[in-house]
Amino acid sequence: MVPLSAYVAVSAVLFITGLLGVLIRRNFIIVLMSVEIMLNAANINLVAFSHYLESMAGQLVALFIIAIAAGEAAIGLAIIIVVFRGKISTNVDEMNLLKW
Amino acid sequence: MVLVFFAYFALASIAAGLLTVALKHPVHCGLALLALLVHVSGLFILLNAEFLWAVQVIVYAGAILVLYLFVLMLLNLKTDDRYFHSSYLYFLAPAAIGSLYVLALLVRSPFGGAKGDATTVAVLRNGDTYAVGIKMFSDYLLQFEIVGVFLLGAVIGAIVLAKTPKPVNGKRKA
Repeated sequence: MVPLSAYVAVSAVLFITGLLGVLIRRNFIIVLMSVEIMLNAANINLVAFSHYLESMAGQLVALFIIAIAAGEAAIGLAIIIVVFRGKISTNVDEMNLLKW
Repeated sequence: MVLVFFAYFALASIAAGLLTVALKHPVHCGLALLALLVHVSGLFILLNAEFLWAVQVIVYAGAILVLYLFVLMLLNLKTDDRYFHSSYLYFLAPAAIGSLYVLALLVRSPFGGAKGDATTVAVLRNGDTYAVGIKMFSDYLLQFEIVGVFLLGAVIGAIVLAKTPKPVNGKRKA
């Protein structure tokens, strides 16, 4: 029997990996992929607690998170296309139009 | 036996996550993300969440990842020389220390709590999909509708954003 804390540990490692990716990668698409890693880590946590606490709520929230992730990917990639069309590269350091 | 599968899926998903962050070429990162998603779906199987396994493979690996790869191919990105933050080593050390601390805390925690009514036996009687559906369309109906409206807004927003803009100072309507 795998203990619950093992699942939570995997989830924590994945979440920190995704957070690190958001912080250190400079390509906007890779940053969005790192956000997907973090959402997956949260999903592992929710499903693990749903199984071990014998409640269905965790799986439903995980399902909603997948739907939100789909919407976030669509909007984020549309923004990338708009930015790239304005002859700005996808490097996040060069997207500073809103910075003052 | 379950322990072997868990160790495989956990280690493979962590390795794939690290590769997603560390690889240089964006397409390689996308493929590493695919490996991560498939192995996380394997963890869902171990947790008796067959419906989420199917959703993960179909929606995440099938739709979201293909969208990412599609945009990568569409933009035809060149690999940058400098693809990390200029001082990423300063992020790396706190992340390693913080993750080790969190891991030490997690492994010791007992994680007790109030048990719900969805025991493994009760879920397996009619299947996981049945249990998810019954719960979703009774207690979580409002959230389900909100997610539907949200997805509609996301679709409209993506179309409006990605549409070819009209020329600003071109020919106006006469």
